[in-house]
Amino acid sequence: MPVLRSRLDPRSDTYRENRTTQLAALAALREQLDLARAGGGERYVERHLARGRLTARQRIELLLDQDAPFLELSSLAAWGTEFTVGAGLVTGIGPVCGVECVVIANDPTVRGGSLNPYALRKNLRALEIARRNRLPVISLVESGGADLPTQAELFVPGGRVFHDLTELSALGIPTIALVFGNSTAGGAYIPGLCDHSVLVAGQAKVFLGGPPLVRMATGEEADDEELGGAAMHARVSGLADHYAVDEYDCLRIGRRIVAELNWRKHGPGPTHPADEPLYDIDEVLGLVSADLRVPFDPREVLARVVDGSRFGEYKPGYGTSLVTGWASVHGFPVGVLANARGVLFGEESRKAAEFIQLANRSDTPLLFLQNTTGYMVGTAYEQGGIVKDGAKMINAVTNSTVPHLTLNIGASFGAGNYGMSGRAFDPRLLFAWPTAKLAVMGAAQLAGVLSIVGRQAAAARGIAFDEEVDELRRSAIEAQIERESHAFFVTARLYDDGVIDPRDTRTVLGIALSAAHSAPVAGTTGYGVFRM
Amino acid sequence: MPLIRRLLIANRGEIAVRIARTAHAMGIDTVAVYADPDTDSPHVAAADQAVRLPGDAAADTYLRADLLIEAARATGADAVHPGYGFLSENADFARRVEAAGLVFVGPAPETVAAMGDKLAAKELLGAAGVPVLPGGIVREDGDAHELAARIGFPLLVKAAFGGGGRGMRAVREQAALHEAVAAARREAGAAFGDDTIFLERLVERPRHVEVQIFGDTHGNVLALFERDCSIQRRHQKLIEESPSPAVDPALRARLCAAAVAAGRAIGYVGAGTVEFVLDRAGAFHLLEVNTRLQVEHPVTELTTGLDLVRLQLLVAQGHSLPAEPVAAGHAIEARLYAEDPIRGYAPSVGTLHRFDIAERDGIRVDAGVSDGSRIGPHYDALLAKVIAYAPTRDEACRRLAHALSRARLHGVRTNRDLLVGILRSPEFIAGDADTGFLDRHSAAELCAGDPAAPAIHAAAAALAGQAERRATTRVLGGIPSGWRNVRSADQQVTYAHDTDSRTVVSYRLPDHVAIDGKPLPGLVVHAAHADRVDLTADGVRRTVSVHRVGDTIHLDSPLGASELTELPRLPEPAASAAEPAGSLLAAMPGTVVRVAVAEGQRVAAGQLVLAVEAMKMEHEVTAPHCGIVRRLPVGPGESVDAGAVLAIVTADAEAAG
Repeated sequence: MPVLRSRLDPRSDTYRENRTTQLAALAALREQLDLARAGGGERYVERHLARGRLTARQRIELLLDQDAPFLELSSLAAWGTEFTVGAGLVTGIGPVCGVECVVIANDPTVRGGSLNPYALRKNLRALEIARRNRLPVISLVESGGADLPTQAELFVPGGRVFHDLTELSALGIPTIALVFGNSTAGGAYIPGLCDHSVLVAGQAKVFLGGPPLVRMATGEEADDEELGGAAMHARVSGLADHYAVDEYDCLRIGRRIVAELNWRKHGPGPTHPADEPLYDIDEVLGLVSADLRVPFDPREVLARVVDGSRFGEYKPGYGTSLVTGWASVHGFPVGVLANARGVLFGEESRKAAEFIQLANRSDTPLLFLQNTTGYMVGTAYEQGGIVKDGAKMINAVTNSTVPHLTLNIGASFGAGNYGMSGRAFDPRLLFAWPTAKLAVMGAAQLAGVLSIVGRQAAAARGIAFDEEVDELRRSAIEAQIERESHAFFVTARLYDDGVIDPRDTRTVLGIALSAAHSAPVAGTTGYGVFRM
Repeated sequence: MPLIRRLLIANRGEIAVRIARTAHAMGIDTVAVYADPDTDSPHVAAADQAVRLPGDAAADTYLRADLLIEAARATGADAVHPGYGFLSENADFARRVEAAGLVFVGPAPETVAAMGDKLAAKELLGAAGVPVLPGGIVREDGDAHELAARIGFPLLVKAAFGGGGRGMRAVREQAALHEAVAAARREAGAAFGDDTIFLERLVERPRHVEVQIFGDTHGNVLALFERDCSIQRRHQKLIEESPSPAVDPALRARLCAAAVAAGRAIGYVGAGTVEFVLDRAGAFHLLEVNTRLQVEHPVTELTTGLDLVRLQLLVAQGHSLPAEPVAAGHAIEARLYAEDPIRGYAPSVGTLHRFDIAERDGIRVDAGVSDGSRIGPHYDALLAKVIAYAPTRDEACRRLAHALSRARLHGVRTNRDLLVGILRSPEFIAGDADTGFLDRHSAAELCAGDPAAPAIHAAAAALAGQAERRATTRVLGGIPSGWRNVRSADQQVTYAHDTDSRTVVSYRLPDHVAIDGKPLPGLVVHAAHADRVDLTADGVRRTVSVHRVGDTIHLDSPLGASELTELPRLPEPAASAAEPAGSLLAAMPGTVVRVAVAEGQRVAAGQLVLAVEAMKMEHEVTAPHCGIVRRLPVGPGESVDAGAVLAIVTADAEAAG
């Protein structure tokens, strides 16, 4: 297998400038992640700890295998909204007793762990990841239920959590509820719908109606423990499979349950040598320019990410704006599609459609490195059938059944986002670098287009076009689009699974590929009709 | 002239291995004997054949003359080597061996018998011109003053029969004599059933110096120079060396002459040792004669270049001794025991999971154990002897201390640290140690380890632990250890050391480790494997060897050895927290049919507390642990619901607390 040779010069000014930009973006990322980590803030965390309880992240740390990695997902959910960064929920993928699981933990320090619309989307995304990748789900429950002021946005879609949990069970994907505190009203169904449940003595409260509601409804006087304590559920109702004397015991029993699942991954591998790349991953920081219009060679990224920097390129001389080829990451083979110079032409689209079919023939997962401004426009291209070619690529991407992993390393604009397996195309996992942008088009272009349309409309109606107002509107729109294209804005809305440090790319892809191989890895031969 | 073709070694442990080695070198077949606990011992593997001695206790096995002789017969052995200890100085055994037509590798039974009676032996040898300490038996308490005046002060009052220091008193002046004799008589009478009292000159700050002698059947008696065995613990030798730092050539000549005189006086044949007590002025007096190969014979072998077991076997076959021996260089032996000097030298039992002492140039290891040996309570706790040989005493000292300190000894506590502490103590290095050395220096002082060891070793244990977990994980083994995309708490592991202290190690690779919250400064982890961690801390790079056995982690480095026990992160709860500790609950609804205990009663684990009849079956409820019945809220005939508390039995520890 050919080995990539880097041409990156770490002593160049460009490298240094790029690195400075990336480090600044990473500092901003870290700042936001720290906010997510802080949960409800010092006061609420201290109060929670003073009650002798563990935080959501402490629970996760103790649940996971010691020294094993944990890939936290959607960490910046709800960023830039009225809700706390992270949305009061922690989700991620990590091994428990050697079994890669999806962990979903309420953060009780954020409004009692109540579920807001972003937490719901984050929760559903975690369940979807579990379903697609066939990963057991462990819910660490302590939630006051729905965030009632936002019930209008929560109530109807919230049923999906129940739906998905029991569907996972039907699919043979184990679900485990470890109940550390409140799990009331609708929340009571979480342990009810999971395959396994463990309740912590004196802390877990699992009931449809609490004492006040029961008194209102039937006049009965009952206390928390009688209605839904761990002892009651372990000895009387049978809702609890296990009675945990404390949180540590609960986590211990949870780990035991996973150990007893007799779990086998259905995908192969890793099957390839997993030697480190020849080049230092740290150098990717010097690769990406602050100016999205400056292209960079994705082979420089691959040289720092794939095993042994080995990359067998497919059709290197054809459709050169899209690099395609074979490699492996942490021993898992992948087919790579990476934008090289932003624009996708007809050749690139056809090359991609072919390459995706080949990967499906060999059951090889696909890795999409997005840095695209979209499909080419202009008379020659329209007449050359760019729509047909783009459709071929989207058809192939859509119907491909091997696992897709997508990483936005620069730009993801227009239909290029679709062709490169964006969020709507169900990649198993999808991440972005902190400086990456995502929108229907670049902010300046979008503002410019609106300005031209406005000018045309004015002309059509025969009224004067106010250049000054146009300029103001144009810059306002540009600023808005710029803001909405930002990686934090995108990830806040669950349009990806997280913003990652570019230096973690190999690690994140390794964890993602391993997770994807929990499910069978099988390609398809069935596609929609390719327009020829 | 008898010819030895097949030798039965009537012993175990290191000496049996050592005898077999020489026998094989001389082309002599060997037969081992073994008691049941020694079934897998190295001494069995070291011999050509072996015969089982059923049982555990020495009295049932290694001390059974009949079984040993039968074993020799059964295997066609023509000679018996008794080693040391057990039956090595038992005249009756020697006689029975000879009566069975076998060669006894040792002196004549009469010699053994004569030297076995210590008082008579002194008289006999004193008459032959060997200096003996003045002393005598106190017949009447009134005689004591006259006897004491003849002996001179200070003197020792002791029981004539018995030992172990009981009934022993030092008296420095006439005035204290009467009371000391009376007290010693009372004590001796109570302890040994014989109140005969013996007075003897007390040698202050004495050294124990002994001379190796060898006699043959041709009338030759040789002295193979002296050994100094002054480092003793309760009369148990710990460190022996040759030559003695307290003996100059003139004194050596006198010592050797006295020893040869003793040997000649009793027509000594084979290996023997004449033990003397040496005072500060260079005067020496006979202690006793040992009619066997001594534990410490290797120091003589290394300085003289002779193989004493070979000489024994040659003499037993009627050969003449070689010409006058010469000695060169310095040899020191340390006895490695399975015992804990810090806890009053308590014997240590268990599995010796690792026994690794590097036999480098100038280091000899005579061991009776190997990796995995079970150390039981039945026999002597000697694991091995480590002997250093070097041109000078200083170098031999340092060599031995280094070899011992880098030895890896896991699973049972040993006196290794004590030995190293002695070898590195200024008093010992100066050659000034006497038999009171261990009374003046506490084990704790001598065993004190390097203050840097606990932190470095705890860090190494944690780093090795994570390396092992990463290497053996089923998934994601190639991902960096403890990787997080969102910063989180450091990885944490808690170790117990000794009994009650805890160390919490938190770490985040590549280079952050904190011990009980205190970061190790300047830490660089060069390599971390399950069995080896190479790290720099505080500017010094060291490799720590790590050996995990279950939850116990053994660490060895230039800083010393440590043993840590990893505590589980999520321990099984000791008892139900929802109910009071020790609550016994009804498993199903039923009727109490019998109550077997009363409130306040002490119960043993498993003891019947009460019985409940349910569904026509009687269910016995038993005590989960030893303790006290604190509450008994139900009585016979009472019906109980499922989950009802039937009784509360508080465990002993809680009851005490």
